[in-house]
Amino acid sequence: MTQIETFYEVMRKQGITRRSFMKYCALTASALGLGPAFVPKIAHAMETKPRTPVIWVSGLECTCCSESFIRGAHPLAKDVVLSMISLDYNHTLMASAGHAAEAALEETIQKYKGNYILAVEGNPPLNEDGMFCIVGGKPFVEQLKHAAKDAKAIISWGACASYGCVQAAHPNPTRATPVHKVITDKPIIKVPGCPPIAEVMTGVITYMLTFDRLPELDRQGRPAMFYGQRIHDKCYRRPHFDAGQFVEHWDDDNARKGYCLYKMGCKGPTTYNACSTVRWNEGTSFPIQSGHGCIGCSEDGFWDQGSFYDRVTNLNVFGIEANADKLGMGAAGAVGGAIAVHAAVSALKRAQKKQEKVEG
Amino acid sequence: MTDLHPPHLKAFEASVLTGDATAEDLETLKKQSSVYVYEAPVRVWHWVNALVITVLVVTGYLIGKPLPSMQIAEATHQFVMGYIRFAHFAAGMILTVGFFGRIYWAFVGNTHARQMFTLPVTNRRWWYELIYELRWYMFMVKEPKKYVGHNPMAHAAMFFFMTLGISFMMITGWALYAEGAGQGSLPDTAMGWLLGWIGNSQILHMLHRFGMWSIVIFVLIHVYAALREDIMSRQSTVSTMLSGHRTFKDDRPD
Ligand code: HEM
Ligand code: HEM
Ligand code: SF4
Ligand code: SF4
Repeated sequence: MTQIETFYEVMRKQGITRRSFMKYCALTASALGLGPAFVPKIAHAMETKPRTPVIWVSGLECTCCSESFIRGAHPLAKDVVLSMISLDYNHTLMASAGHAAEAALEETIQKYKGNYILAVEGNPPLNEDGMFCIVGGKPFVEQLKHAAKDAKAIISWGACASYGCVQAAHPNPTRATPVHKVITDKPIIKVPGCPPIAEVMTGVITYMLTFDRLPELDRQGRPAMFYGQRIHDKCYRRPHFDAGQFVEHWDDDNARKGYCLYKMGCKGPTTYNACSTVRWNEGTSFPIQSGHGCIGCSEDGFWDQGSFYDRVTNLNVFGIEANADKLGMGAAGAVGGAIAVHAAVSALKRAQKKQEKVEG
Repeated sequence: MTDLHPPHLKAFEASVLTGDATAEDLETLKKQSSVYVYEAPVRVWHWVNALVITVLVVTGYLIGKPLPSMQIAEATHQFVMGYIRFAHFAAGMILTVGFFGRIYWAFVGNTHARQMFTLPVTNRRWWYELIYELRWYMFMVKEPKKYVGHNPMAHAAMFFFMTLGISFMMITGWALYAEGAGQGSLPDTAMGWLLGWIGNSQILHMLHRFGMWSIVIFVLIHVYAALREDIMSRQSTVSTMLSGHRTFKDDRPD
């Protein structure tokens, strides 16, 4: 263990100056919502701790998580984090291929037994013994279980690893299964999103590397600091929501004025993520700012929540596709009609009875 | 002084003095009196509940399908959706407090105050009368039976749509409220686990909305039945919920 370099040493080797290093510590502290007092703590940890290797495996996925990750807003943070991660094994970023790559994975697992973090992008399909996703000639689920066995903790990157995403959408023919349902004996942190925001990814990984523990998680196992609030809670269009000013049609005048996208099906009120504060592409914008509603990409089963463009959506809750309003209004209408008929018959019967009384 | 009235009517002197009581009226009056069923707290709860549920249904519908956009003022000074949601949450809180008050009254009130909270499913006679009441509604029997409390059909409806239905709306409603109140808040501590369990808040919203429609259906049937029974059954209903007294229109025992 003692031969393993510290984070700081790794960074210096990468040509990062002391000044940049301190800047990075300050940046990380603020990204994680920690006060200035934490800057020296982070610096100290980085200077003294041996770096924690990260193994990054990929199952059924589209690589959007990796793509997002390498586009971290602050180039410094990105470089630092990348240098901290063992790139011995990452399909997208590693230099080696084929047998050499698989050997490198094995070597990392052996060398850092019980001490590495396993980052999972995508998920394993379980049907047909996992044959729907083959890595290095074997089902991915086997590689996942093998790599997870000696991991210290697991990061589930993106909606795929966290919840299943599109490959697990109804009817889920390959039985794509989120990581926490396959690996049940390790601490798992979910970082959902399709993809997750780069700053959120680097923030989470930095936290784990510097503090040697998972950040505070919410009930669903997501880092509370980034997934503690809904898009809607911090959306800059929220005043229009409260005012009752909505975009009624795409490209109507209200759309030009930047009114709330609720009626266009915005899922901001039901989506926990940091888009409305951190934003995307170096803080440039996020979907709602570009005039399109949130589609709820960081939520459990977001493909199965009906249309992206309805607020009251069809749900598959009773085994059939049902829309609360269509079903409810239909049933209420039928009941109303039945009551009217029943009332008419009742009145008739009553009149009859009176007639009988008079005659009898 | 000559006695103007037949001797057996002496006890009803006061009624006779009103002048328009026939001998037949006096005969019925002698046999019938009322039963005090719904005590004041139950009655107050009923009407407050009816009011807040009406508010909850209207505002709840508009939360999912808002009114057309309006341009009354700058967004800073306009709060249409905000007031609708405020009314919903305020009514939801009154509903919750009222329901707990009603549960309390089930313990300290009379036996009829407990009826709504349990179903006598092991009682064969109850099942028989449930079918009987159903047949009354299908015009298959000439008249219904008499009940001091709810008839079995009303009883079942109260239990499923109100006791369970309102509980469902409170549980899902507070879980939704917890999302806005934020993690660590009291509603979150109490009900936040539900979202953690269900997973996606969109499902929670839609379940809450389905619940609304079930309550709308209950209210339609309930109000119709209350009015119809008042006219067609052998007992009072609407006035019972106003005064608490159940009166009967005949004196046959069942
Ligand atoms: C009879 C009882 C109730 C009815 C009929 C009712 C109805 C509704 C409906 C139809 C919605 C809109 C759902 C949607 O389309 O997204 C809604 C939303 C909501 N209700 Fe209720 N509700 C009831 C009780 C409650 C209670 C007891 C609470 C607790 C305070 C509550 C809190 C909420 C909240 C927080 C929302 C979400 C508002 C938002 O997303 O902006 N409701 N309700
Ligand atoms: C939103 C509307 C309403 C709701 C949710 C509602 C709910 C209830 C509930 C829960 C009970 C049972 C009371 C108990 O056992 O403690 C009840 C009884 C009753 N309600 Fe309503 N009610 C509503 C509107 C009305 C209206 C408009 C009327 C009058 C036309 C009415 C007439 C009655 C009567 C007469 C009873 C007593 C039934 C009996 O005699 O057995 N209700 N209602
Ligand atoms: S645009 Fe979406 S997130 Fe923003 S206020 Fe409207 S509904 Fe909420
Ligand atoms: S705004 Fe919504 S859909 Fe878009 S990236 Fe953020 S969470 Fe995903």
